Amino acid sequence: MGKDDINQWDPSLDGKNLTDFYNPNVLINIGPAHPAMHGTLRVMCRINGETIEDAACEIGYLHRAMEKLGENKTYHQWIVYTDRMNYCSALNNNIAYCMTVENLMSISVTERCMWLRMMLMELSRIIDHIICVAINALDMGAMTVFWLMYHWREEAYTMIESLCGMRLITTATRVGGMVHDIPDDFIPRMKKFVKEFPSCLREVHGLLTGNRIWIDRTKGVGKLSKEDALKYSITGPCLRASGIDLDLRRDRPYYAYNEVKFDVAIGTYGDVFDRYLVRMEEMKQSVRIIEQCIERLPGGPIWVDDPRVRIPDKIDVYTKMEVLIHHFKIFMEGIDVPPGEVYSAVEGPNGELGFYIVSRGGPKAWRMRVKAPSFMLFQSFEHSVVGDKIPDAISALGSVNIIAGELDR
Amino acid sequence: MDIFTLAQLLAKIVFVFAVCLGVIPFLVWFERRGSAWIQGRVGPNRVGPFGLIQPFADVAKFFFKEFWTPAEANKWYYHLAPIFALVAPMAALTVIPFGSYLMIGDQIVNLQIANVNSGVLFILAFAGLEVYPIIVAGWASNNKYSILGALRGSSQIISYEISMGLALLSMLLVYGTFDLHSMVAWQGQKFFGFVPAWGVFINPIGALIFWISTFAETNRLPFDLPEGDSEIVAGYHLEYGAMKFALFFMAEYVAMIMASALLVTLFFGGYQLLPGVQAAVDAIVSMNGLSDAAAQNLKAVFQFGCLFLKVAFFMVVMIWVRWTFPRFRFDQVINLGWKMLFPLALANVVFMSVVVYLMS
Repeated sequence: MGKDDINQWDPSLDGKNLTDFYNPNVLINIGPAHPAMHGTLRVMCRINGETIEDAACEIGYLHRAMEKLGENKTYHQWIVYTDRMNYCSALNNNIAYCMTVENLMSISVTERCMWLRMMLMELSRIIDHIICVAINALDMGAMTVFWLMYHWREEAYTMIESLCGMRLITTATRVGGMVHDIPDDFIPRMKKFVKEFPSCLREVHGLLTGNRIWIDRTKGVGKLSKEDALKYSITGPCLRASGIDLDLRRDRPYYAYNEVKFDVAIGTYGDVFDRYLVRMEEMKQSVRIIEQCIERLPGGPIWVDDPRVRIPDKIDVYTKMEVLIHHFKIFMEGIDVPPGEVYSAVEGPNGELGFYIVSRGGPKAWRMRVKAPSFMLFQSFEHSVVGDKIPDAISALGSVNIIAGELDR
Repeated sequence: MDIFTLAQLLAKIVFVFAVCLGVIPFLVWFERRGSAWIQGRVGPNRVGPFGLIQPFADVAKFFFKEFWTPAEANKWYYHLAPIFALVAPMAALTVIPFGSYLMIGDQIVNLQIANVNSGVLFILAFAGLEVYPIIVAGWASNNKYSILGALRGSSQIISYEISMGLALLSMLLVYGTFDLHSMVAWQGQKFFGFVPAWGVFINPIGALIFWISTFAETNRLPFDLPEGDSEIVAGYHLEYGAMKFALFFMAEYVAMIMASALLVTLFFGGYQLLPGVQAAVDAIVSMNGLSDAAAQNLKAVFQFGCLFLKVAFFMVVMIWVRWTFPRFRFDQVINLGWKMLFPLALANVVFMSVVVYLMS
């Protein structure tokens, strides 16, 4: 089944005649408005009974031309757009994007900023994995797991709110620094979080990992072999669940990831159960990394001392004329980025999240492209669900955690 | 039929249906507050004390929703299905005995609406009817998701009815009667002078199979496949809104009450007093020096209370299970029904018949 079949499907004729139901070629349209199609995904399935014989995915329902907008907005203005890509872990996108622009400008952020950003990336990884595991469980009827885990997501968002004033879409970074330094009570709250959050993981393990129904529902479902995973260029937890040992934090370290200790969780079969276990273990490892970040978070400035990007302090803006002019130029004209091109990627919660920028100088990018992990994951989806049942398709979709905002951009 | 018989019959009908429908809002409330308690949330707590009026507010909302019918639906069956869904389990409730008897003057009032001498078969017949609203609703809605739900529901309920029937059969061998009243009376005996002779102690495997089957029969999680809210959206009642949906919603709770009441009647002593309650009744009687008739009436009230408590216990367990387990997949449900419960139930019938033969 291909795109043509989707386009030929006439919804006005659909359901007119149910005598057709025993025809093994019934088309069923899952999405874009379906409770388990996270956001606006659409899968057209040819089913025989409940078995999916063929599937075709369609994307583009949430397309907002973000990459083109990146070529028409200044570098600072585009930070808010990165929030809206993977809105489950907006901090990660902010940091990855700012890191790319900083690489293009050959800026290295201060020690404090670096450790803080690492801490925030791990926190947003925890949030993203919470969403994935919780909603996957919710799709399979285990609503209690959803609420137990979402409690900790709320705790994490409350911390992020104290950091930057927003919860879901953060815009917490700026090129060369952060919008604010952390508030005084941030570190104690973070300490409390990393101390108490593992109890939630233990509870979820107790509810799901040994649960016969959960094992039956997830083992051998939505399988993705090593070869297929490589073929579809999948990255992140789903690749590791398929048994390939690749983690950019360890293999291509950015910031200070080579100085922190953590283990990379690897699965074997690449099914929903392995993905679930890999994500559960990664949350544990993220807690470990956050603990080390708290320990090693140095004092000092949060902003790099570079007049090209340094946003002046407000008190100086109000009192000194040169600073006011500088502030005005940064926000009205944008920062001047030297010509060149750069690709840099971080290990996002869903996989390799990369930004590719080509600059011809000036305040706007000439080309702006995003490598979003969800795109690759959704490609593999129609392959991995063929032969499974409709509930399996739902659990497989939940386990790869496709975020429509990131997929369609 | 004299006027007294008619009056007591009407009174019993009103009483049973009023209790049954009257507890539904509280069950819904408990479902929501209980799940909130399990999940570390607060739950509805704004309307009335502890949010107790919330279900009534919900019903009021349902009444004022648009009465919408899909254009391509088969109108007659589409509207018939929710009515059927509610009526079938309510009808089955009529043969459940809710107490031994009352003495009014010199008349004996049996606390059972319909004293059908083959009560078990009557119940099975009406429990079997529960599959029809699912098929009819799914088919008449003219929606692919609905019909998937209908197909799931029909095969699931029919599969589990077999193991349910076999578990029941093993108990029929023990009791030697089809009459529910006599079954409960049988369970009034005591083993060794203190262990109540409840079915569950005689036939624990049958009780377990029956209990699992009640979950499947009432479409409760982990067997809520006909609804499967995240997979097939809402399954057979996908196209139902407003009060039509509310009828399905109520039907689920009536079916739960009916299934729990049947489970209690067959395996947990029905209206037989819980251990220790008899002493309390005796104490009250001797303290107030009640006559025999009054003592019997008092006992009947306590018997109803005990039945209510037992049923309530199983309802709470059902709610508890719902908020703990994930959902099965369709083929796993059928596998469990046919490959595990069915052979086990069959073996249990053979085993019980040997036991009954040896004991007699």
